[in-house]
Amino acid sequence: MSTLAHTVSDSATMLRRNLKHAVRYPVITYLIMTPLIFLVLFVYVFGDTLGTGIGGAGSDAYLDYVVPGVLLLTIAGGVTGPALSVSKDLTEGIIARFRTMDISRSAVLSGHVLGNLIQVLLATAIVLAVALLMGFRGDASLWGWLGAAGLLTAIGYALCWLGAAFGVFAKGVESASNLPMPLMILPFLGSGFVPTESMPGWLQWFAEHQPFTPFIEALRALLFGTELGDNGWLSLVWVVVLGLIGWLWARHLYERKSVRA
Amino acid sequence: MPSAIELEGLSKSFGEKVVLDQLDLDVSPAGVFALLGPNGAGKTTIVHILSTLLRPDSGVARVGGHDVVAQPEAVRALIGLTGQFSAVDNLLTGEENLRLMADLRHLGRKEGARRTRELLERFDLTEAAGKPLSTYSGGMRRRLDLAMTLISRPSIVFLDEPTTGLDPRSRVEMWQIVRELVAAGTTIFLTTQYLEEADQLADRIAVLDRGTIVADGTPAELKRRVPGGRIRLEFSDEHALTHAATTLPDATRDDAALALDVPSDGSFASIRAVMDRLESEPLTFTIHTPDLDDVFFALTGHEATQEAAR
Repeated sequence: MSTLAHTVSDSATMLRRNLKHAVRYPVITYLIMTPLIFLVLFVYVFGDTLGTGIGGAGSDAYLDYVVPGVLLLTIAGGVTGPALSVSKDLTEGIIARFRTMDISRSAVLSGHVLGNLIQVLLATAIVLAVALLMGFRGDASLWGWLGAAGLLTAIGYALCWLGAAFGVFAKGVESASNLPMPLMILPFLGSGFVPTESMPGWLQWFAEHQPFTPFIEALRALLFGTELGDNGWLSLVWVVVLGLIGWLWARHLYERKSVRA
Repeated sequence: MPSAIELEGLSKSFGEKVVLDQLDLDVSPAGVFALLGPNGAGKTTIVHILSTLLRPDSGVARVGGHDVVAQPEAVRALIGLTGQFSAVDNLLTGEENLRLMADLRHLGRKEGARRTRELLERFDLTEAAGKPLSTYSGGMRRRLDLAMTLISRPSIVFLDEPTTGLDPRSRVEMWQIVRELVAAGTTIFLTTQYLEEADQLADRIAVLDRGTIVADGTPAELKRRVPGGRIRLEFSDEHALTHAATTLPDATRDDAALALDVPSDGSFASIRAVMDRLESEPLTFTIHTPDLDDVFFALTGHEATQEAAR
């Protein structure tokens, strides 16, 4: 078999392993819980006030406004998955076995990234289903929905590599679960829950220049069929930048930890 | 025949601490080579270098003719490693663990399934195959661990303290498996701190102490290097002991145990000579041939058990 065929087959084997773990120890409940609580809280408790605040009519208008932010909150929460599963693997004996076997170097990490990506996308679909039940109606064409799905997948993939890097970087499972925390706050410090114009000046500057604002605005545009503007290509640039940082960092650290000097 | 494993001037330090010091070793294929030494002697460090987990500071290590630093992939394709800490996936069942290994060794679906069944059977794990590992005993986990190592029929198998922490029955089972492997032509590189284990299994033993090899040979050769063979005679009372002592002038008296130790090489002639000279009948008569504990003490000047947590 060629090197490429090996890499693909080993990654598929590791993906199957990760999904078996996911079925046996489902973390998907945790992935769904936080975004659902925020969705219900923001729409039913603060929704009337916030809806009026953004110039709409009550909680229905706010539901439409907040759903893209909540979906990205779900995706951001998914970073914890690979961080945990990679760091757990590294603390257990089996990783030494993998390292003494002639298997593709990147397969161990790819398996975790792909497995966790599937879980976080599933979680996002469930959160979206709840939003639809609550009365959320996008205004998107089929292409709009497909674009939204593609965007969420791309962001999720990039963030899962970042999560894998956290997992290799962390000293143990404990710190691996804490490292992704700042990322999960980013949707709140963007245009996810309130428009950035309503924020104080310094925060507004940050909100407008961090990745989650273009992510949220691009998703909003795709779901409601409005103009993408700069948010489309800005999102893609951020996806490539975050994904590359995660991928290179994770592989570099994994390689360095593999064969000790 | 080319060597299975070669070490030339291998050195490794962790910070200030020299773990391996200019080590040379040559292991021929097939059979069991045992590296014997107390905890902290450097056994695991050697295994980690040979299995490509660790880089040496200097010197050359070759496995199956491949340099472990320059051609790690070629080495990994040849070897299997079972360490003292279990390297199994705790969230999978026994069967799933084996299938995972079969897939990673690219055995193919059919061959993978066949080999998995075969190993489950041979390692007496068929009944537990579908159960999660949390229900496995220590001995079962160790057997599964070894089965996972053997799935691709590696020609060189490293067993790093394979019976540490196992109960006596599991230990004997493990020894039986090792003998079967050797019979099939596998080269086994065994590390152990149990002198009896090396004696039971190994064709050749190297004694490692503080990063250097202090002796190297067959178990019999090593034992010959130490005087320590003796006949022990125990008597019922002081009077019988004193009487016997006068007839056996080269014996050492052990008053507390009412016993005499007579030097002997264990040969029939030497035993008969002692019996002929005895006038009073001893209570017990035991022949002590030197064991590897004696060997270790004679070679290093300190006891293996001083440092080893047995």
